[in-house]
Amino acid sequence: MTEHENHAYESHEFDVVIIGAGGAGLRAAVEAQAMGLRTAVVCKSLLGKAHTVMAEGGMAAAMGNVYSEDNWKVHFRDTMRGGKLLNNYRMAELHAKEAPDRVRELEAWGALFDRTKDGLILQRDFGGHRYARLAHVGDRTGLELIRTMQQKAVADGMEVFMELKVLRLLHDPDGTVSGLVGYWRPSGGFVVIKAKSVVLATGGVGKSWMYTSNSWESTGDGHAMALWAGADLIDMECVQFHPTGMVWPLSVRGILVTEGVRGDGGVLRNSEGTRFMFDYVPDMFRAETADSEDEADKWYDDHTAGRRPPELLPRDEVARSINSEVKGGRGSPHGGVFLDIATRRSAEDIRRRLPSMYHQFKELAGVDITAEAMEVGPTCHYIMGGVRVDADTTAATVPGLFAAGEVAGGMHGANRLGGNSLSDLLVFGRRAGIGAADFASARSGAVTLDEGQIQDAISAAVAPFEREGGENPYEIQQALQETMQSLVGIIRTGSELEEALVKIEELEERASNVSLTGGTKYNPGWNLTTDLPSMLTVSRCTAMGALNRKESRGGQTRDDFPKADPEMGKVNFVERIADPSSAAAGVGGTPSVRSITSQPEPVPVMPDDLKALLEEAL
Amino acid sequence: MAEEIIRSNQSGEVTMRIWRGDEEGGEFTEYVMPAQEGEVVLDVIHRVQATAAPDLACRWNCKAGKCGSCSAEINGRPSLMCMTRMDTLPPGETVTVAPMRAFPVIRDLVTDVSYNYEVAKRVPPLSPRPKTADEEEAGGYRMAQIDVERSQEFRKCIECFLCQDVCHVVRDHEENKTAYAGPRFFIRSAELEMHPLDTNDRRQLLQEEQGLGKCNITKCCTEVCPEHIKITDNAIIPLKERVVDAKYDPVAWLGRKIRNRTKLTAAEAAAKAPANGPAAVLPPGGAHGIPQPHPAGSPVLATAPVSSPQAPPPPAPPAADTQA
Repeated sequence: MTEHENHAYESHEFDVVIIGAGGAGLRAAVEAQAMGLRTAVVCKSLLGKAHTVMAEGGMAAAMGNVYSEDNWKVHFRDTMRGGKLLNNYRMAELHAKEAPDRVRELEAWGALFDRTKDGLILQRDFGGHRYARLAHVGDRTGLELIRTMQQKAVADGMEVFMELKVLRLLHDPDGTVSGLVGYWRPSGGFVVIKAKSVVLATGGVGKSWMYTSNSWESTGDGHAMALWAGADLIDMECVQFHPTGMVWPLSVRGILVTEGVRGDGGVLRNSEGTRFMFDYVPDMFRAETADSEDEADKWYDDHTAGRRPPELLPRDEVARSINSEVKGGRGSPHGGVFLDIATRRSAEDIRRRLPSMYHQFKELAGVDITAEAMEVGPTCHYIMGGVRVDADTTAATVPGLFAAGEVAGGMHGANRLGGNSLSDLLVFGRRAGIGAADFASARSGAVTLDEGQIQDAISAAVAPFEREGGENPYEIQQALQETMQSLVGIIRTGSELEEALVKIEELEERASNVSLTGGTKYNPGWNLTTDLPSMLTVSRCTAMGALNRKESRGGQTRDDFPKADPEMGKVNFVERIADPSSAAAGVGGTPSVRSITSQPEPVPVMPDDLKALLEEAL
Repeated sequence: MAEEIIRSNQSGEVTMRIWRGDEEGGEFTEYVMPAQEGEVVLDVIHRVQATAAPDLACRWNCKAGKCGSCSAEINGRPSLMCMTRMDTLPPGETVTVAPMRAFPVIRDLVTDVSYNYEVAKRVPPLSPRPKTADEEEAGGYRMAQIDVERSQEFRKCIECFLCQDVCHVVRDHEENKTAYAGPRFFIRSAELEMHPLDTNDRRQLLQEEQGLGKCNITKCCTEVCPEHIKITDNAIIPLKERVVDAKYDPVAWLGRKIRNRTKLTAAEAAAKAPANGPAAVLPPGGAHGIPQPHPAGSPVLATAPVSSPQAPPPPAPPAADTQA
């Protein structure tokens, strides 16, 4: 930054600021405000459009409304096993215990879930869950969650800064977080918000892959800003490829097809018509999985009449199996496999239980799912890794910073079970609200803003307008997506990961040389340019973690290390920047991806009483 | 195991005529783009951004018809860009994409929809009845599926605001916005009014502050709803009936009393609404209320009769309390 530059900005001040207005952000905000703190929510899109809205199948909570045998212990066990035991056990425990209350609370705020015959909240089957456990509204549960939270926040008079992109967190001289700097997307005007504590609820990173169920917003802003501020990230190599995304037409490739299709009876077949999932049951789940179609089919109506169908194995298993079938030449015409519910349920049932899927295939692919099979294949969906947090308070390893929802790591281990995300948002959103409010209340002394940090961030953001003949940001984004898709995808190998790291460094160079036309007022090219630093940072972390984790576990599959390694199961890989205040050599004035390190550190050790739950034949 | 990147074959070209400009004014600009099989309008808009106009402004998120961000007027029809397949438009003809007309333009296809967020603040939230002893024991409210389905239909709303855009009460009468909630918020009120747990009575509010009477039931909103919600038939008309009941029909009123529905009066309901709480901080630019420059030559969805702002409600059908 040159001496004479002094960019103008508007200023605001709150006790607690939440970045992100999905389920976790809104739940955190409602809690912090209820505790009497001056609270604001900042979001990149309009209120109510966050990625939570895309969640379809449901919200996992052991309420026992359908199977009274269900309880938090079974849910805990399922979550840990699904996560291949890499989870932060305490988060999985709190989640399993508190999810039912969070669902009921949502109902009191206006959510209208589907009902059982007794009038209680109906729960549906999903992969990896022993009992029917997902509270849902048809296949649009995420919409119900976000609308309910949005309406609650509005009713509470919440301050919402819509369409505001955050560039960087600000911090005190001692490193405690003191606010943020960003810009209004509609006007391009810069904004500084001073805060005693900040909650990250920014969601995921999927937009760095080519085929993803994620929207443009999922660029890992919270992950990256936490890292730049000196916080630890964990498990960044654990990326979930949802087994069933649309594959055709190409323009919709990656759009999610809910697991509810399989929970409600849908089966996967290859081009030979075989229900191939029976060939892919791993030892860990063999005892609880059906070994014939007859047995599997009985289970849907009565879980005591047979064991669960292999189509309902955890997502990582199903995604890898589909991948193998396609690679083995038994795929569908457009490179997926067939998901068939048409021959298994009546047209009326399908339209009632899966209305969005019916609508989506009918309008986007011209396929009637009550009459034909869907073509589906894996799509980048969710990152298990994220900001390393304290389970009870959601505090990150930097003071004043909290994280909840997809941006936080640990809860889901190496693989998330379907339905555990929406409940995660509410359980840890609420805890983040409390954690951030407690921190803000207890914070003493002045919260200081460093003008240098602010001006640096703004200068870096507007620099592309002063450059000529530079790079096109869309081309860099596409090159990154191709790199991550082809080299850091569902199946990985050491040499390709090394190649990816080289390419990411090259892309960082190119991203430092973007030039833009137009102004700062609602300029998507500029918006993308300011998203590139986060995308490159999180992609680097994922590739580094994936290179270091020399084993296959959950969302990390190494072709060169195809088995799980018990020693590797005892560590999380932790990405951090040793000295975040050091030279800002990366894109947009952020620390360079070259300064990121990735080190193994022990997974928290589970107490014996919880360990016993994993062994029990529940 | 590097994954192969699949590329689609180009299948001809398409000419897009896209409105570019801001609150100062603007014009349509033509872009000729390669076309691909199975694409939607939003795909082509993205291609324009990536190759020809990096600063072309549009909103979008999910690209699957679930978030309601990419609303625009395609060949004059209010539509979601992500759910409008190119092959459903007249082949070989130029595709015109304009911003929603009922809201002030911010830039290009992005409009200032803050009117809707302001109306939302004035809707009293759900006020649920207390749980019964049985419900306390069961751990949650009991509601029959059939009773929640009416409100569930309205909760499918993705807030694309296409119904607000097409509604003639505000589309052609900016001045009505101060006293008219619009179809999106009529279904919100209907959802709450028909919610099995709600104890508020919203009828006076609907009539006196939300301008329900201004709706002339032309069904334009129902026609454009991408979620196929029967806005007029299932929400607005039943609400109009209820409002009329509240005024003239002591029998319906008594029926509700006998069935022990403890409803608040409208005045009480309004008092419980967030009273001028801290306003959502709205982005600057294109403030609500400023007369909107219209894209010159923007095709208008015609055919429906223009509603008079003071139109009386239709004759009341036989009074019937439709509450389940």
